[in-house]
Amino acid sequence: MSRMTPATSALAILAVSATAAAARDQVQVAGSSTVLPYATIVAELFGENTDFPTPVIESGGSSAGLKRFCEGVGENSIDIANASRRIKDSEKAVCAAAGVTEIIEVRIGYDGIVFASDIGSASFAFTPADWYKALAAEVVVDGKLVPNTATKWSDVNPDLPAQEIMAFVPGTKHGTREVFDERVIEQGCEDSGAAAALENLGADAGKLCTSLRTDGRAVEIDGDYTETLARIGSNADGIGVFGLSFYENNTAKLQVATMNDVVPSTETIASGEYPVSRPLYFYVKQAHLGMVPGLKDYAEFFVSDDIAGPGGPLADYGLVPDPELADTQAGLADEALMN
Amino acid sequence: MSDISCPAPAQSLLKRGDRTARRHAAEARFRACGLGAILIGLAALAVLLASVLTSGLGAFRQSYIHLPIHLSEAELDQSGTRDTEVMKKVTTIGYGKVIDKALAEAVAQAGIAIDGLTDDDISGIISREAAAQVRDMVLSNPDLIGETIDLSVLANGRIDGYLKGRVTAESAALDSNVSPAQLQLADAMMERGLLSLDFNAAFLTAPDASDQRPEAAGLGVAILGSAYMMLIVLALALPIGVAASIYLEEFAPKNRLTDLIEVNIANLAAVPSIVFGILGLAIFINFAGLPQSAPVVGGLVLTLMTLPTIIIATRASLKAVPPSIREAALGLGASRMQAVFHHVLPLAAPGILTGTILGLAQALGETAPLLLIGMVAFVREYPAAPPEGLFDPASALPVQIYNWTQRADPAFVERASGAIIVLLAFLLVMNAAAILLRRRFERRW
Repeated sequence: MSRMTPATSALAILAVSATAAAARDQVQVAGSSTVLPYATIVAELFGENTDFPTPVIESGGSSAGLKRFCEGVGENSIDIANASRRIKDSEKAVCAAAGVTEIIEVRIGYDGIVFASDIGSASFAFTPADWYKALAAEVVVDGKLVPNTATKWSDVNPDLPAQEIMAFVPGTKHGTREVFDERVIEQGCEDSGAAAALENLGADAGKLCTSLRTDGRAVEIDGDYTETLARIGSNADGIGVFGLSFYENNTAKLQVATMNDVVPSTETIASGEYPVSRPLYFYVKQAHLGMVPGLKDYAEFFVSDDIAGPGGPLADYGLVPDPELADTQAGLADEALMN
Repeated sequence: MSDISCPAPAQSLLKRGDRTARRHAAEARFRACGLGAILIGLAALAVLLASVLTSGLGAFRQSYIHLPIHLSEAELDQSGTRDTEVMKKVTTIGYGKVIDKALAEAVAQAGIAIDGLTDDDISGIISREAAAQVRDMVLSNPDLIGETIDLSVLANGRIDGYLKGRVTAESAALDSNVSPAQLQLADAMMERGLLSLDFNAAFLTAPDASDQRPEAAGLGVAILGSAYMMLIVLALALPIGVAASIYLEEFAPKNRLTDLIEVNIANLAAVPSIVFGILGLAIFINFAGLPQSAPVVGGLVLTLMTLPTIIIATRASLKAVPPSIREAALGLGASRMQAVFHHVLPLAAPGILTGTILGLAQALGETAPLLLIGMVAFVREYPAAPPEGLFDPASALPVQIYNWTQRADPAFVERASGAIIVLLAFLLVMNAAAILLRRRFERRW
């Protein structure tokens, strides 16, 4: 009966599944969507310039990537987790509990976080204090804690244009948000003297500094930068938080704001003048080095001078090269473990 | 027929009362509402198609630069041995320089002189993919070294955008990735036939590409991955679904238990697809140890998702076969199995196939469950032929669309819309096949 044929092939598929799960010949990577474009550029070059297959790269966010990284050792777990922040102690503990104790940390370079608005709108020169005053949920006025009522940027700083406050900030699942909170909002809280004022009131300054207003003027974007760009496209008053490389690919639609009067660029970020930047990492499972062909080659290829150094394809795309790249290369060659 | 003639009434006997008028008005209103509903639906479809087609049709055409490239021995094979193992040491960066030189010479030879055009500007109009293309060609045929070959290589995504009207001189002035001088160069090259917009077959066959070369990105791996998954869904869901329906419909006793099963199947058909993804991750990857990102896992998950649809469709078409057919077969001495397989099933087959194709079409467009099993990934290697290839990493069509919409380069908007057109074409073919099958083979009693 002809109906038997599909059934037999189904059985054959299941039979093969038992055997084929044994060997994996390509590197598997998951993690930060900020690191994703860099990782795909490297993977593409790695695939075309070596005899190893092109690594498979998933995105999904730093936290999700590290969670999968810490699921265990073996063919069915990923080899590398990309992260736009350092691995946390709590994540290391999860890793250790699953047997992932030997981890190599690789810093690939730095990424700037920029503030950009629609190309047709006014131009901005921000300080972190402006952002804190505009977006804090509650501010201290005359010794009392009151809800933030600022509606225009000129309300928080007379030098800024009288444009409605409408900020698109990354959602909490993004590693970018952590840097934004730390380098912009908390910094602004300190700079504006609000932190001291909150301390004087006996309030929890650390927590109040970073709680953003929820009246619709600070919009959390859980998607990626393309969503932020689309929001700005439909709302000319909007100001979005982007990665430097994303902005550099969309300079025809966006204009960038200065921070402390410094224009963000790979140079000003490398020199440390531009304040809002963070290192990017990937984490390698040492136990997989001998098991998955090409894993070490991929990691070394990633941080080689030709790729991650100045003038390389990653720098072209917007990565700020790490001045201590040589140390990273040496550490990777020795398979130096993170402690 | 009859000769008796009635005197024609001076006026119609029908008197239109108020109630009749109200009924007629109500009917007219209802018709207008129905027509309105259809028009709204059509308008929505027209907007969707217009937006997808306007931004996506460009993906099927691509800019190519035609130029002679001299493959110099000094640059590409210093040893002079033509040994591919030695020649592999020259990376795509080395090949890129050879191509840049060839282009600079071609531009000079064509007598193109543009103010403010630097050497970097000239080399910037070629895709980074070109170096990989030439390197692959040379490594597979080392004898080409020393010769001058005529080649068509991809132009950079911004130049491609200019030829398609996406990039203009105004936007280029603001864009950090392209300069107005480069656009003038593109114009001059177009005039001299060095640059042209051709059909882009690579869009359907090439693998995905990184953010730096949107012009090279294609759907090859995604189409293969989707095809592999559909193969698995068809091979598993059809026999299992039909067997389950035949048993439930023809053989199972009608009792509480079968009622419960029936309710559960109907319920499963409405479960959100992401739930099947979570299930697939837990069972097929974590427990059974199948590889991540593989079409086999995607196919198994989609099988689970499609099964209820197929069972419901199959049972409905089995039910539609009149009992007299079964009774006649049984009356003539057929066993129950013979009655089912020789008479009922062939009559129900068009309905079953229609249901299966619709189930497959639904599975083809599904993204959410694939998210959890690692198929939403950057994959550039083609999977091998089945059955081994079912275990190689692959992407899928809807996943590729999702991936491309997240890319920073604006050129990926066009790619994503192009991929939507391809997916819509596949769905259209499948749905048309379902309708044709039904029209051609369906029997009514």
